[in-house]
Amino acid sequence: MKDLIRKLVETHSPSGTEENIRAVIRAEVESVADELRVDPLGSLVVHKRGSGDGQRIVLDAHMDEIGVMVTHVDEKGFARFTSIGGVNPLTCVGARVAFADRTVGVIGIEEKRENNSKIPKLEQLYIDVGATSGDDCPVHVGDPAVFTRPFVAQGTRLIAKAMDDRIGCAVLIETLVRLTDTPHDVFLVFSVQEETTLSGARTSTYGIEPDMAIAVDVTRTGDRPECHPMAVELGKGPAVKVKDSRMISHPAVRDLLVRRAKEADIPYQLEVLERGTTDAAAMQLVRSGVPSGCLSIPCRYIHSPSEMVDERDVENSVRLLLEVLQSA
Amino acid sequence: MILRELSEATGVSGNEREVRAVVLDAIQKHADEVRVDTMGNVLALKHGADDSDSPTAGHRHIRVMLSAHMDEVGLMVVGYDNDGFLKVRAVGGIDPRLLPGTLLQVGPDHIPGVIGTKPIHLLKEKEGQKVPQIENLVVDIGAKGKDEAQRLAPLGTYAHFVTQFRELGPTVSGKAFDDRAGCAVLVELLRGARFHFDLHAAFTVQEEVGLRGARVAAYAIEPDCAFALEGTIADDIPKDKDISPTTELGKGPAITVMDRSFVADRRLVRLLTDTAEELDIPYQIKQPGIGGTDAGAIHLAREGVPSVTVAVPCRYIHSPVALLSVDDFNNTVRLMRESLSRLTPHTLTRRQ
Repeated sequence: MKDLIRKLVETHSPSGTEENIRAVIRAEVESVADELRVDPLGSLVVHKRGSGDGQRIVLDAHMDEIGVMVTHVDEKGFARFTSIGGVNPLTCVGARVAFADRTVGVIGIEEKRENNSKIPKLEQLYIDVGATSGDDCPVHVGDPAVFTRPFVAQGTRLIAKAMDDRIGCAVLIETLVRLTDTPHDVFLVFSVQEETTLSGARTSTYGIEPDMAIAVDVTRTGDRPECHPMAVELGKGPAVKVKDSRMISHPAVRDLLVRRAKEADIPYQLEVLERGTTDAAAMQLVRSGVPSGCLSIPCRYIHSPSEMVDERDVENSVRLLLEVLQSA
Repeated sequence: MILRELSEATGVSGNEREVRAVVLDAIQKHADEVRVDTMGNVLALKHGADDSDSPTAGHRHIRVMLSAHMDEVGLMVVGYDNDGFLKVRAVGGIDPRLLPGTLLQVGPDHIPGVIGTKPIHLLKEKEGQKVPQIENLVVDIGAKGKDEAQRLAPLGTYAHFVTQFRELGPTVSGKAFDDRAGCAVLVELLRGARFHFDLHAAFTVQEEVGLRGARVAAYAIEPDCAFALEGTIADDIPKDKDISPTTELGKGPAITVMDRSFVADRRLVRLLTDTAEELDIPYQIKQPGIGGTDAGAIHLAREGVPSVTVAVPCRYIHSPVALLSVDDFNNTVRLMRESLSRLTPHTLTRRQ
């Protein structure tokens, strides 16, 4: 699974330009899907037919990643930028970003700031692509870029940019590949534009009209030095979401995940996330409502260029989803 | 210019009646079906031409939505004081720095009013450096006491800016160019020749308070793709730092790739920029991450609608007077017309 994860996280696809990652995922699932379509906003919907009269179940992972977009190129060829999704200025300084044409930029910071000990604002940062003037600057207003950082596997920990939510994509792909028999009509949604507006999951779910939806995404942890308290730790199993800042999991979905984990002796944790949300928040409000929940992969340093997950949590997420899909 | 009538009509969000009347009058003869929906949106359909010689013939079945919002920002009466002054709140985003001393009209009868302000002679030291908040301002319609004020302007009465439309040579000025500029572009597009596809025009309500009209309009229309037409921020006034502008006057229509409400569909952006390059129509990419438009609601309709926003740059929007370049306006109409003429199902085909 590590090779798959590496391939997914190293693909360049910020929200709104998901073509690259869609092609990578499509190649992975094409041979095992019964049906595959790209819907109007660009989400990839993979259908695996059920053998019985089960439910229509959506498993969703978003394929877009956070990034930056050029807002202005100045006379000297430095590019100002805004964020695509939530980008923390603290993790920007010194980071590198890559544009679609492989141009690499370094993020610099204005030194003449009013208070140097304060967290800078994004508008005090700039991207330096080594240009000497606005005219020879290879990047233009509206060009998106993503953070770059190689994938690292160290012990059971996996470190990379865009674990949010390529790790969810990896879990979905692996689940589909290992899925032998299910009574349910399973729809894997690899959604677009989660980081900006939760748009893809909402519109895809409208098209599918499922009986139940589960988002597979990363969640924060409370296991780092002096961090905000939270009862989720890396390596202690996938987290079954109880609530986050924009949704409360449907109790039936939450209980189903917990029950299957217990039955199969798969470690799991319960998650209450105070800040942040997932596609499930959008999916549960589609049409007349969709019972929705979320299976979270604990992840440190979310929305930084070095997001860290534990391989065992990833594997256990796949096992748990298989348990859910393979029983009636 | 139809922009004159549109601009001088009043239509604070939720009260678009006057603007709707101007729109209906302007498009009635140029559309095959026109209706007003339950929210107050004007939905017009102009069928595609059956032109078998055209390279785009046979693509009549694409459903293209063009939207422009009719509403503008303004104020609403929320209370009175005993002397007959009206207390008001903003409807939509209003900069309180612009309000003291501003002329208004209140209610459907357009009762003249002014936002009360203390003469400079009476200002205490430093008082003049503070910006009064809307909650602390009053509107003076000359009412003698609370009863008369209540009778003339019952609670919930709208108040709107009053600005005469003026042609100043290469530019025009007036109120509510956000989004009467977009409405005027849409009227011009409807007035022109038929396209090869069914054109669904939506003149929407309540954009300024949460993209509300566009949401139901897009649900009803079920388009394959959508273009939101706007009057957008031009902030090309002198600045201390070389880190913007959002758009500049005279540099052509502004195309949105991403704002706070949505990420534009790159295929539609490319259609617009390719068309502009080919025909030498000036255009600019709007500074990403700023503002939001009806496209933010439209792209979420039903199973999703690939969308983009195209705007006429306007200085001083959300204030009593805005200013736009006539060339930018005409180039926006031209860019839209030419781009739409090149739109085929192939435009929306994905390579991956």
